[in-house]
Amino acid sequence: LRKNVEDFTGPRERSDLGFVTFDITADILNGKNGLQTFWNKNALIIFDWNVKQLFLYLSAEYSTKNNALNQVVLWDKIMLRGDNPRLSLKDMKSKYFFFDDGNGLKGNRNITLTLSWNVVPNAGVLPLVTGSGHVSVPFPDTYETTKSY
Amino acid sequence: WPRSGGIRGGAGMDLFGDLRRMNKRQLYYQVLNFAMIVSSALMIWKGLIVVTGSESPIVVVLSGSMEPAFHRGDLLFLTNFYDDPIRAGEIVVFKVEGRDIPIVHRVIKVHEKGNGNIKFLTKGDNNEVDDRGLYKEGQNWLEKKDVVGRARGFLPYVGMVTIIMNDYPKFKYALLAVMGAYVLLKRES
Repeated sequence: LRKNVEDFTGPRERSDLGFVTFDITADILNGKNGLQTFWNKNALIIFDWNVKQLFLYLSAEYSTKNNALNQVVLWDKIMLRGDNPRLSLKDMKSKYFFFDDGNGLKGNRNITLTLSWNVVPNAGVLPLVTGSGHVSVPFPDTYETTKSY
Repeated sequence: WPRSGGIRGGAGMDLFGDLRRMNKRQLYYQVLNFAMIVSSALMIWKGLIVVTGSESPIVVVLSGSMEPAFHRGDLLFLTNFYDDPIRAGEIVVFKVEGRDIPIVHRVIKVHEKGNGNIKFLTKGDNNEVDDRGLYKEGQNWLEKKDVVGRARGFLPYVGMVTIIMNDYPKFKYALLAVMGAYVLLKRES
């Protein structure tokens, strides 16, 4: 799971707004032996008969002076059973505005981006799973006023 | 010797009285049976409320704003433990102040202070925009007190019965009448 990020922040009203572009490479079916085929019953299969879909989301987690814990979902995707379980997205812009509650993004060195998903079964329990691998992203100390987003 | 003539006469009146008495006893028994069933159902429901910590541990999805995960008529099982933190990606059922109808959507933003104070924003998977338009006027965030519960499990279609009963009240009354009649008239052999 690898993500590359270029970023700059800009203030909107009185809150920091962060801009992040990222790549996502993920293999949702990865079992112990590496790549597994979709129907291999010996693998650690996430898409089994009871899984209707996965709701994937990329969230940024960080702490600021104002708030001990902040989590913002930047991007999400619904992966239905039968869709290609390998993601290879490049240069994605965040789907949702990355507003902080306050001005905690400027100079924040440690924003952690993680990919997680919600398993939606045909019937039964609804677990939330966090993928392995995450990326830490620092935000610069200054604002940029021109936005070519 | 056939007893068909037994209805008339002194001995016959006793038999009739017997029948009527037996029917009354049977009736009381049936009513008590019915009351027990209702009480047990209530106890189970209250027990669920206690065990899950949620005021409404089982809810029916009413709108399509969480499709394709949940459709109208699906049943959701909730828990609402106080110590469970609210995190991005979770599916919560919440009530907007002043509105009766709970809403099932996903948490997309969380800001938590050191003292445990949490405010969060939700959005339906199938909606283009977040829920700020649904909140009370001037309200930008939800808090723990607005949460009815967190969705932990789900069953498809089963809740359709509730929706039909809501949309067609005659159906609800008919169903209750049939259930009532069944319980009262059912004879234990």
